Amino acid sequence: MKAPPLSYVRAATLSEAFQLWRDAGPDARLLAGGQSLLATLAFRLSDPGTLVDIVRLHELRGISQVGGTTIRVGALATHAELGRHDLIRRHLPLIAEAVPLIAHAAVRNRGTIGGSLAFADPAAELPACCVALDAMIVARNAADERRIPAAQFFTGLYATALRPYELIAAVEFPIAKPGERTAVLELARRSGDYAMAGVAAKTRLAGATLIEPQLVFFGVGDRPVVAERAMATISGQQALPATIAAAQAALAADLDPPADRHGSGRTKRHFARVLLARALARLAGLDEARAA
Amino acid sequence: MSAEIAITLTVNGERVARRVEARRHLVDFLRLDLGLMGSHTGCEHGFCGACTVRVNGAIVRGCLVLAASLDGAQVETIEGVSDSGEIRDLQDAFIARNAAQCGYCTPGMLLTAADLLKHNPAPTRAQIREHLSGNYCRCTGYHAIVDAVAAVAAKRNGRATP
Ligand SMILES: Cc1cc2nc3c(=O)[nH]c(=O)nc-3n(C[C@H](O)[C@H](O)[C@H](O)COP(=O)(O)OP(=O)(O)OC[C@H]3O[C@@H](n4cnc5c(N)ncnc54)[C@H](O)[C@@H]3O)c2cc1C
Ligand code: FES
Ligand code: FES
Repeated sequence: MKAPPLSYVRAATLSEAFQLWRDAGPDARLLAGGQSLLATLAFRLSDPGTLVDIVRLHELRGISQVGGTTIRVGALATHAELGRHDLIRRHLPLIAEAVPLIAHAAVRNRGTIGGSLAFADPAAELPACCVALDAMIVARNAADERRIPAAQFFTGLYATALRPYELIAAVEFPIAKPGERTAVLELARRSGDYAMAGVAAKTRLAGATLIEPQLVFFGVGDRPVVAERAMATISGQQALPATIAAAQAALAADLDPPADRHGSGRTKRHFARVLLARALARLAGLDEARAA
Repeated sequence: MSAEIAITLTVNGERVARRVEARRHLVDFLRLDLGLMGSHTGCEHGFCGACTVRVNGAIVRGCLVLAASLDGAQVETIEGVSDSGEIRDLQDAFIARNAAQCGYCTPGMLLTAADLLKHNPAPTRAQIREHLSGNYCRCTGYHAIVDAVAAVAAKRNGRATP
């Protein structure tokens, strides 16, 4: 189908973007990569009236290191840029590993991290990765900037903590600490599809002991789901098959996946258990194929 | 509502100035405003890849880019890369292996394959399949397409055709 009739305005500066957005009213939408927004318009799932194109705002661009501990990623960084950027590959391997799982090359060339987080698809990779990495979402309105922990940013199905006329300016990630390991795994029907279920995982290892493990699932709830009980079960434990089995058992109480076109809630729980075992095995350097 | 937007851009090396409806996507712009019929639309919501074209050197879904947003951009289509001879070997291999059947997916397949070989001149078959996985062929000629891309990679690297 074709998109509904629209108005289009292009902002040259951030302050102009806020002005144009106000003028266009609360139904207007920001246009970043357009890889979700233009698809929903073609389905006529939304009728925003006006699109405010923010893609040329240099204030929202760039990937840089801030001090010794933080990587700041501008909201307009595309998936493709994340995948090839040296700072990301060196300091945020989880993000670099997630990129090839997102859609296809042609979509990754335009889709942005800000758009992915603002769209808040529960099956998307980057929201779960941001939660697993304790990222901060830098939100801006015409007057102010505030930082929202990723774990509090996703508030429901396609819903975020952003307020009216507030946008994502950047995402700030703590640089991976020495000894930190990460992994992102998913099950999808076809390469490039949104995941039926996935997990973003992080831990430090002291010998074989799991320190401060993080397990954040996607595609199994209305937002990224932090598996608190499974995490508590393995924290401080040796990464052994028995520990993995205990985490799989604990996961039952962490997840309550709604049925969707990929299967029943039970099927999704099974996917999540398999992914949990594979992720822990990978983090601990165990045989992944035997762990599930 | 729906006011027209003035854009000036380069399409296959030629400067083009037009006024476009805000909702017009790039492939409709190419086909309906410029008469360049080589870029196709299948699904028009990002899934099939038939609309693949290049913007500023990178492949994109033409159905998920608004023409209005392309002021100043460089667009290249299958017509442009055919005329320049850039992908002649890929085109020859597609014909030799019957990798273009009805031809509907072919422009998108060729541009996606050219993109792969630019970034990864010696891909494995698995890498070829992965890179083409967002391009659907309704005639389901996938094996012939992968064969054609593998043959071109081998030839460009001076190896025997697999
Ligand atoms: C075929 C296909 C397959 C896909 N597969 C996957 C997949 O497997 N995994 C995945 O994660 N994604 C997938 N996507 C979606 C893709 O990752 C999108 O790039 C992403 O969801 C949205 O980013 P965008 O920059 O294109 O945002 P847009 O489409 O431009 O915008 C999306 C929404 O976010 C808002 N927005 C954009 N930027 C900002 C900002 N800075 N601040 C506030 N609001 C903003 C917009 O107003 C809009 O409501 C797929 C898309 C397609 C077409
Ligand atoms: S027409 Fe663009 S992806 Fe199908
Ligand atoms: S050749 Fe017919 S769609 Fe691919």
